[in-house]
Amino acid sequence: MYLAAVIVFLALILLPPIIGIFTKWSTLQQVFDQQPLMDRALIAVANSFVIALLVSALDVLAGVPMAWLITRGKSKWLNVLDTFADIPFIVPTAALGYSLLLFWNGPEGISALFGGSLISTGWLLIVLLHFAFSYPIVVRVLVGALLDYKMEYEQASRTLGAPPFIAARTVTFPILKPALIAAFILSFARSLSETGATFIVAGAFENGPVFLQNMKNEFSSGLVSQVAYEGATVFASLILIITSLTIFALIRILGSRLRLPFDRVWPSIERKLSYSKAAMSRNSVTLIVFVAIVLLPSLFVALPAFQAVFTGTLSAAVSGSGLWGDYWQSLLLSYLLGAIVTLISFIVGLPMAILIARKKFGKMPSMVMDILVNIPLIVPSIALGVSLKFFWQSFAFIPEFLLLVFAHLAITYPYFVRSMSAAFERISLDMEEAARTLGAKPFGVFRTIMLPLTKYSILSGAIMVFTRSVSETGATVAVVTNLQTAPVVIVNWVKGVVPATSLEIGLGCGLLVLLSFLILLLLRFVSRGKGRY
Amino acid sequence: MPEVRVVNLTKTFGDIVALDNVNLTVRDKEYFALLGPSGCGKTTLLRLIAGLIEPDKGEIYIGGKRVDDVPPEDREIGFVFQTFALFPHMTAWENVNYGPRVKNFDLKAAGTIGHEVLELVKLHERLNAYPNELSGGMMQRIAVARALAAGAKTLLLDEPLGQLDAKVRNEIRYEMRRMAKDLNLTAIHVTHDQAEAMSISDRIAVMKKGRIVQVGTPQELYMNPSSLFVAYFIGESNFLEGIVSEASGNDLEIELRGGVKVQATGKGVGKGEMAVLVIRPEIFVVAPVMGKSRNVLRGEVKKITFEGTFVRYVIRLESQDYVVVVKPSLTEEWFDVGTNITLSFAPEKVHVFPYPEAGLLEEISI
Repeated sequence: MYLAAVIVFLALILLPPIIGIFTKWSTLQQVFDQQPLMDRALIAVANSFVIALLVSALDVLAGVPMAWLITRGKSKWLNVLDTFADIPFIVPTAALGYSLLLFWNGPEGISALFGGSLISTGWLLIVLLHFAFSYPIVVRVLVGALLDYKMEYEQASRTLGAPPFIAARTVTFPILKPALIAAFILSFARSLSETGATFIVAGAFENGPVFLQNMKNEFSSGLVSQVAYEGATVFASLILIITSLTIFALIRILGSRLRLPFDRVWPSIERKLSYSKAAMSRNSVTLIVFVAIVLLPSLFVALPAFQAVFTGTLSAAVSGSGLWGDYWQSLLLSYLLGAIVTLISFIVGLPMAILIARKKFGKMPSMVMDILVNIPLIVPSIALGVSLKFFWQSFAFIPEFLLLVFAHLAITYPYFVRSMSAAFERISLDMEEAARTLGAKPFGVFRTIMLPLTKYSILSGAIMVFTRSVSETGATVAVVTNLQTAPVVIVNWVKGVVPATSLEIGLGCGLLVLLSFLILLLLRFVSRGKGRY
Repeated sequence: MPEVRVVNLTKTFGDIVALDNVNLTVRDKEYFALLGPSGCGKTTLLRLIAGLIEPDKGEIYIGGKRVDDVPPEDREIGFVFQTFALFPHMTAWENVNYGPRVKNFDLKAAGTIGHEVLELVKLHERLNAYPNELSGGMMQRIAVARALAAGAKTLLLDEPLGQLDAKVRNEIRYEMRRMAKDLNLTAIHVTHDQAEAMSISDRIAVMKKGRIVQVGTPQELYMNPSSLFVAYFIGESNFLEGIVSEASGNDLEIELRGGVKVQATGKGVGKGEMAVLVIRPEIFVVAPVMGKSRNVLRGEVKKITFEGTFVRYVIRLESQDYVVVVKPSLTEEWFDVGTNITLSFAPEKVHVFPYPEAGLLEEISI
């Protein structure tokens, strides 16, 4: 069973994109011959990394006090805050992008107060967008880490004479460094990958994924030749992949060596930072940042959606007339795809997670598998989609839907395996051995011990896979030509590929947000209670 | 100087009353134990004194100063955790130096203090090792050294020996006392192990279900337990139920089950009332069956266990009650299983308590 899981992983997820890229190796020459195209690609890729670094740094900076507030605060409203913090995560990014565009840039948004567009499309809006959708991921990771953290370390530090701020800086966060790094990596990877929403807010600005998307559009409208398109695509994808792999390797190596500065303390300043006034203002700033930069812009699309309800757009939508037929179809496709991908991730991912967590093939192979599984996570999804497309192209008989499944599987699989292997690692081997000595067969142990103990992680892993699949735009546009998922439809509407009024776009996004929110509530409801072990 | 005093201290966790209106004074430079079964509130009391949790009601004074609103870092206490809580990302030496550093002593002063306390805990090697590379005993020493280096005047120890092997535990417990005494510290030591508390403490507070039931020196607690619970929890006791058949002053005659009458001294019970007789296993005088005499219980040896220094007998009395008797193994005669014997005791060496309303088992339940 474990061997089968490894084979499926290699055959379906890891190898196709690698081979795909190499089949188009020869087209690279095209790019080297066209200096302007190469420059454009390089600048776009460089933009991607600068933005990703900036966003991840901001995320961790803003996420730390938020996670602290959620886990350490005493107010009963924190539960609500906790749920709200998840919203941008669950909202498909294309809808999020449009919402942000309206809020910062549209005539009805915050810009109206400043007479025109407060923030024009381009890099600043991209930073705001990426911050909004990766912030919840960072908060989630840090909240998890803080909940698992043994408070005694911090208490020891306090009794040894450290005020709260020094205790957090010298003890708690250094111990939680792996979680900080993980949060940084996740938001970095998400920022690098995101395509749909970025495309919406980018304007004339190009980062890696937007460049790839533009190339595709220019090719389909006949502006560039096929070889130039393929060459530029391979070139940009390759640089994206290689650079991100290098950066992640560097973070891994340097991260463990990096010691947060704790050699010096500044008692008088840090003592002031520790107590009520500073804590109050810190919490206020955290909440203001969250509400003003993350929550409000994310939900702003509700405004046109509301207007649409009273203008008859809703009835048109419900009857499925005009462009709404496509919309409902795409919605159905997105959720169906999400469900199928989640199911397959579960079936293929679970044995892989156990294999990694329990080192079934020995220490080294498990470590290697662990690294390999994580690679798709850090490869920008549009680049992944492009290379997958190149690979599966050669099998003309494979239906487009299956291609979509493969692409989404490749992107979401690591999320599931990661969260599951972490969950299995937390279960002590004693537990399994105890069950065995009591007479349970291996599968019985799995069913009666491992599954019940990890059901919260399974659920949260499934949520991640599902929302990620529903959101995914980059890889989707890269692999399909006819099928349209919901985010692709939204992008097309916003970009004017399909003419749509702002009310229609608003309602389209609003419905997507509403559905996602309902699913989130449902999952919260199902998973509440003693889910955490 | 650090006398520690708590007044009317109450702490609840949800519906659970962890500490119920507790009053206690620990004297300056005293080695004091909080003793009780798990869940009795002893660790809660210690954490309240440290400021790690906040009381619902009541006052806490350290060195005469009210500290309820003082954060833990300013209470001049050292806290040793059961799990030691050594910072995993720092070496042993960095752990020890943490306190002086966050208090912004200069590095040289911090180093000097570090060496002094390490001298005190007799640890000089492996200072560059990380906590996960150290043995339990070493971790314990580092944890104590760390607390001392931070300049603690009051040492709060939460089951500080709980994670150690029996052998190491017995060695280190005297060290703990010696260090506290050498440094003139007030020490409050939480434990559920009565032998540990008895062997190192100046005084002990016995706790049960969020309350302090008795405070006293180890001898006082052993010789004069104020309740059945303390008699049960400190040392070993036999409990025999009966009815007071005669009472004149403190001299009582108690009719046990099966009709045997014995003499005992005790207060608080009157003629005709149900009582519980508490007899320590070592005060019985054991003899082969003889003629009639006073204060004699007859029985048969059912079990004998050789424990090295002592021999332990389980005796079934004529009343079908079982009692435990402990005798020195080398200086006294042995009785085989099946032997009929008589047990006698001096009336003033036993304790008599009124029979508890909730029943004997409930009273001594932990």
